[in-house]
Amino acid sequence: MIMALSKDKVGIICCSGEEFPEGTISRVATRLVLEKLKPDETVTLCLPLFLAGGEDERAFARVFPTIAVDGCSKKCAELGTTKFSGKPVATIVVSEIMKNHPELKAKSREKLDAQEMQLAMKVAEEIEKKVDEVLCKKVNK
Amino acid sequence: MENRKVVIVPCSGIGKSLGTVGRVATYKVIERMKPEKTRTVCLALLTTGDQDALKLVRKNPCIAIDGCPAQCSKKNIEMSMGKLAHNIIITDVLRKNRSLKPDGVIELNDQGDKLAEIIAEDLSEKVDEILREEK
Repeated sequence: MIMALSKDKVGIICCSGEEFPEGTISRVATRLVLEKLKPDETVTLCLPLFLAGGEDERAFARVFPTIAVDGCSKKCAELGTTKFSGKPVATIVVSEIMKNHPELKAKSREKLDAQEMQLAMKVAEEIEKKVDEVLCKKVNK
Repeated sequence: MENRKVVIVPCSGIGKSLGTVGRVATYKVIERMKPEKTRTVCLALLTTGDQDALKLVRKNPCIAIDGCPAQCSKKNIEMSMGKLAHNIIITDVLRKNRSLKPDGVIELNDQGDKLAEIIAEDLSEKVDEILREEK
């Protein structure tokens, strides 16, 4: 997998927490970055594969910078990535971003409504900023 | 056995639509079909060794739903010494429903939702069976 990558990439690793709406927001925001905002600069990695022994995932995160996207303060994506590969260069916490947008509520775990999609886009934009920062730093090195 | 629930744990794989199919099937069961008999737990919490999550999967029967043969959910439940009662690999279900072409990760297309419904119905029956056997 790594050999096939010809340019700088950033790995986005989200928690996808199943118990809480914030987990779904983390997941949708990650995909929005991958599909719409930064399709050429990002890849996503499955967090559960880290512990299940996904060597491609672990190797990628050792070589390329990663950004963790966590739903809550338990920061499972950051912890998991740190444990098996290396500390992410940045961590985005959905519940923290929600504090800045009290008008946007997250209630659904299955399918996001328009307001929740708006929140997911806010989170995606924060991820996008971090991606730009990381790649800019790499270019300037 | 009172208060015992079946814990349904989808892999939530983010790379392909089948991860979303497993996730949607899980919510169909825990929120609509069998809310009083089932729940889920964050798989990521298991991978980080969260004590409450570990206790939950060790005390209650678990069903793993995996999008692909890597079986991350099943493996993580086993590595957590959880009580794995049943597991589903969605690629196997898809093989039996070849006419369905699931697509979309952010939002499933209708065929992906149909596949999730098929899995949810199977899960719902399995939950009753598991709880009957536990009595």
